[in-house]
Amino acid sequence: MSDDRWIWQCNRMIPSDAVAGRRVLDTVLRQLESHNWDRRDVFGVHLAMEEALVNAIIHGNHLDPGKKVTVRCRIAPDLVRIEITDQGEGFSSGKVPDPTSPNRLGSPSGRGVMLMKAFMSRVQFNATGNSVTLEKDRRTSP
Amino acid sequence: MAEYRRLEVNEVGDVTVVRFRDQKIIEDINIQELGQEMFRLVEVENREKLLLNFSSVDFLSSAALGKLITLDKKVKASGGVLKLSNIRPEIYEVFAITKLNRLFDIKDDEADALAAFQ
Repeated sequence: MSDDRWIWQCNRMIPSDAVAGRRVLDTVLRQLESHNWDRRDVFGVHLAMEEALVNAIIHGNHLDPGKKVTVRCRIAPDLVRIEITDQGEGFSSGKVPDPTSPNRLGSPSGRGVMLMKAFMSRVQFNATGNSVTLEKDRRTSP
Repeated sequence: MAEYRRLEVNEVGDVTVVRFRDQKIIEDINIQELGQEMFRLVEVENREKLLLNFSSVDFLSSAALGKLITLDKKVKASGGVLKLSNIRPEIYEVFAITKLNRLFDIKDDEADALAAFQ
């Protein structure tokens, strides 16, 4: 998509704490609402971004005040793209066990990536696993 | 009765009905506190029939789901019964995607859930 399609953009480098994550998340959600995204789509973006920020801040950067999280957001009339990158060691996204398997269903954790994929049109991790791109396309999503 | 910061706790007959004070269950520190308060109902106050009414909740994260799963284990270990009700469609979708709708006994509303305890 050419750059002139975006109607709103932001690039933030935030500290590894939940309050900073919440601030940028709220900003993105307000933008979606102001561009008439419906409740379910906003909920899905909220959930996916929440899970990705928790992964970056807690699991990636381990709340280390010396490490930052980079958040890049782009919004077009029917598309939102969010890229979240931490300074941790990353993880192998392909090796996350299925949280719905009978032996994992009772586990209290391990559902974040699955929920991102369920509510977004595209979820792509880089090779290191310390950066994720979340995309929601209103034209193609159910 | 103990004071709760994250929960509203009421008794309907022999069922403990729990509502959530937070509209969005997300902040890690709040989720930890929420977990401690829910666990106390089972482990300290020995409540055997618990109904979690989600009518006030419009968002929760996977970390909150983790606390509900741990609560479910504690309730079952003590021989109690846990039911959930009044879950709005978007949140029910989270339960369905993760197949936690099979783990939890989810009723449409509080009246249905209370009747199912009997």
